[in-house]
Amino acid sequence: MKKYKYYLMAIIGVALVFSGCGNGGTKGSSNGALGSSAAEKVYVAPGQQDEFYAFLSGGYSGNLTVYGLPSGRMFKEIPVFSQFPTSGYGYSEETKPMLNTSFGFVPWDDAHHPDISQTNGELDGRWIFINGNNTPRIARISLSTFETEEIIEIPNSAGNHSSSFITENTEYVVAGTRFSVPVPQRDMPINEYKSNFKGALTFISVEPEHGQLDIKFQLLMPGFNYDLSHPGRGDSHGWFFFTTYNTEEANSLMEVNSSQNDKDFIAAVNWKKIEEYVNSGGGTKMAADYAHNVYDEGTHTGTTTMKKEVLTVDPTKVPGAVFFLPTPKSPHGCDVDPSGQYIIGNGKLSADLTVHSFDKMIAAIDGKKFDGEAYGIPILKFEDVLAGTVKSGGLGPLHTEFDGQGNAYTTFFISSEVVKWKLGTWEVVDRKPTFYSVGHLMIPGGNSRKPFGKYVVAMNKITKDRYLPTGPEMEHSAQIYDISGEKMELIYDFPTHGEPHYAAGCPAELLAPNSKKIYRLDDNKHPYAVANPSEARVERNGKEVHIYMSTIRSHFTPDNIEGIKVGDEVYFHITNHEQDFDVPHGFSIIGQNTSELLVMPGQTKTSIWKPKKVGVWPFYCTDFCSALHQEMQGYVRVSPANSNLELSWSLGED
Amino acid sequence: MKKASLLMILGSVLLLGLFVFPLWNIELGAPQYPEPLGIDIYINGLQGQNEFDIQNIDGLNHYIGMKTLPKPEDMWEFTVFPLVIGVMVFLGVLLGVLGYTNKISYKWFFGWFILMSALGVLGMYDFNAWLVDYGTNLDPKAILKLANPDGTPMSYKPPLLGHQKMLNFDAYSYPRLGAYLMFVGMCLTLIAGYLGWRYKKINGTKQQN
Ligand SMILES: [Cu+2]
Repeated sequence: MKKYKYYLMAIIGVALVFSGCGNGGTKGSSNGALGSSAAEKVYVAPGQQDEFYAFLSGGYSGNLTVYGLPSGRMFKEIPVFSQFPTSGYGYSEETKPMLNTSFGFVPWDDAHHPDISQTNGELDGRWIFINGNNTPRIARISLSTFETEEIIEIPNSAGNHSSSFITENTEYVVAGTRFSVPVPQRDMPINEYKSNFKGALTFISVEPEHGQLDIKFQLLMPGFNYDLSHPGRGDSHGWFFFTTYNTEEANSLMEVNSSQNDKDFIAAVNWKKIEEYVNSGGGTKMAADYAHNVYDEGTHTGTTTMKKEVLTVDPTKVPGAVFFLPTPKSPHGCDVDPSGQYIIGNGKLSADLTVHSFDKMIAAIDGKKFDGEAYGIPILKFEDVLAGTVKSGGLGPLHTEFDGQGNAYTTFFISSEVVKWKLGTWEVVDRKPTFYSVGHLMIPGGNSRKPFGKYVVAMNKITKDRYLPTGPEMEHSAQIYDISGEKMELIYDFPTHGEPHYAAGCPAELLAPNSKKIYRLDDNKHPYAVANPSEARVERNGKEVHIYMSTIRSHFTPDNIEGIKVGDEVYFHITNHEQDFDVPHGFSIIGQNTSELLVMPGQTKTSIWKPKKVGVWPFYCTDFCSALHQEMQGYVRVSPANSNLELSWSLGED
Repeated sequence: MKKASLLMILGSVLLLGLFVFPLWNIELGAPQYPEPLGIDIYINGLQGQNEFDIQNIDGLNHYIGMKTLPKPEDMWEFTVFPLVIGVMVFLGVLLGVLGYTNKISYKWFFGWFILMSALGVLGMYDFNAWLVDYGTNLDPKAILKLANPDGTPMSYKPPLLGHQKMLNFDAYSYPRLGAYLMFVGMCLTLIAGYLGWRYKKINGTKQQN
């Protein structure tokens, strides 16, 4: 009977733990917003601006949303691997190539980890990178236009999760595979996974001036799952660390079968060593198919290049480049502190955090203190590399960020909390609940040598009972804690879009002065642009009709077009002639099957329309641009397919 | 008389600032233009305070039927003003040099000053006339036709000097560096005349060497 009771309690305990809520104790612990003057801390008065930008990845929405801190106001949604209802589909005819892959046009992905470019380990605010997990890709987004400028597909990769983290001078963006797969892909029995599958860790070089991406090499690692990663910095600059799970190399019922080993690994990769090896002719070229999509700001157009080859590196061919650091228990987060000395592996199935020391690791490597090997890669002794353990008392530690004052902040998914602890002494200083099931957290600059440790944003998976209910599904939530004092203080929570998977933040002053206000019309190199309304015209080329159109408040030039026939393919090439901040014009025409457009000042965009019915069909501006926005309209006359009516167009003629 | 002549030269040379710096500025601010739109007026043409201000002011003004802002070739003033200033500087320097060598009397300095003042008043008159034309001579097909409470058509003439509320815009019209340099220059020529007069008074008809 007694035994029975224990079982029951255990089951209830586990149920609570995995539901990740624990509402009971947490509500009363806050004094409310007024008692703690939280409202004052997040209030940004009308006309005032926020102190920080925060870029939250949208997870399964495939995009990036831009918020202000501390207000939690959303400023913009940047479509990356996603369709975008705000402007129709989120791409024009010109930018469709950005979503090309070796699998065809893929306008969706699962975007997880944004990272801002750095110089000397400090944020420089030029670009932000983000990964697409599902059809492995890395995107580069300009932080002056807040537009996606480049997307490169990653061959031999699957579940591009331990990405897109960057080295301290933006030398490389890394794209580590979560799933190991046959490399190259082939038809083979799944249960022959072991020793046949490989995990590709891809190092993508970033051209220093324009940021262009190029796969420098792919390290073909043993077939584990590579979960998260982090670059070294300071002394450890030149190294990259990857957490692994499924070192069991199970291929079925992973939940159980890949949780058997007491310790998995953090893979430490000396990329400088591999770079040297590659630069002196090392590595093997392998046939591969992947798309490289680049957006040109001058032509406002994206182009796709299909690449055919990738350089692969076998880690055993570069002695001294790759080591395994045993880390308990299916580590998830892999975080390096601002000094570069500590590598934190959070065992998502354990209660403790394991902190490795970079210096100890180097000493162990120099002393050749190995504890065996895996697929020819030396395994270091756990005790030799361990710097310390944080006995937290929480459950399910996931991710750690740093405030630059010697403190670290770790999220605990299962016990739904943020725990603050001290680097070096490993003592827990403070802990605060989250609502609920927190994944990543973010301190602006927390991923660099110089964090701006004023706020931490916790990103939660479950929102129930925080906001007014909206049916079974609610947006996820983020929470802002003031971390300027010894104790953390929850000062605000706000709903987010998609799954707020991870975020990157930086001081507003780093980006705001460089933010582009218009595209210069005199820099517009789009082949179908009209520099002057007098150049507006309509040209027929067989069944294709090209309309060179310009817009300005509040009319289209031309606004009456005749001579179009059923069955034509009509290209509207629209150039917005405004040179004023924040004055886009829209374009849409009845029966349009592709996209409504939003054309920014100085930009040209194209929309295709295939008229199916005879008639006189209106088009209009969809962006409320001015007092006469409603009058911003025009007509296209569509005649039967066999009509002989000549093309004509006009504006303001009776 | 030497000091007076040097001041005369310096004063007229300061007018050359008008070839480099704007003479006047009209600024239009409104809630939706937290960064005001502005026109810098030079003696040889107009320039936006920010690069695209002229285009954006024209864009706004077309609602009320105002003409687009003139290009240098649209107004004779932009050709004549630089000539007039150039000639006045030349004359001023010439008079200064002649004064320095005792070829002429201080009265010429006053003469130059009076002529320059007269030209300045004419210039302001012309400028105001242009503002009146620009602000009231509107396209009869204008999109917005606004009237004063008494039924007369509303004028959009910016103030010649100072601030005026125009619909939702605050218009500010003030001299800029070029005008200040001209003002200081003219003051110097006036002082030059005065010094010349005092010198004459003290030294009588005695010849200076
Ligand atoms: Cu419009």
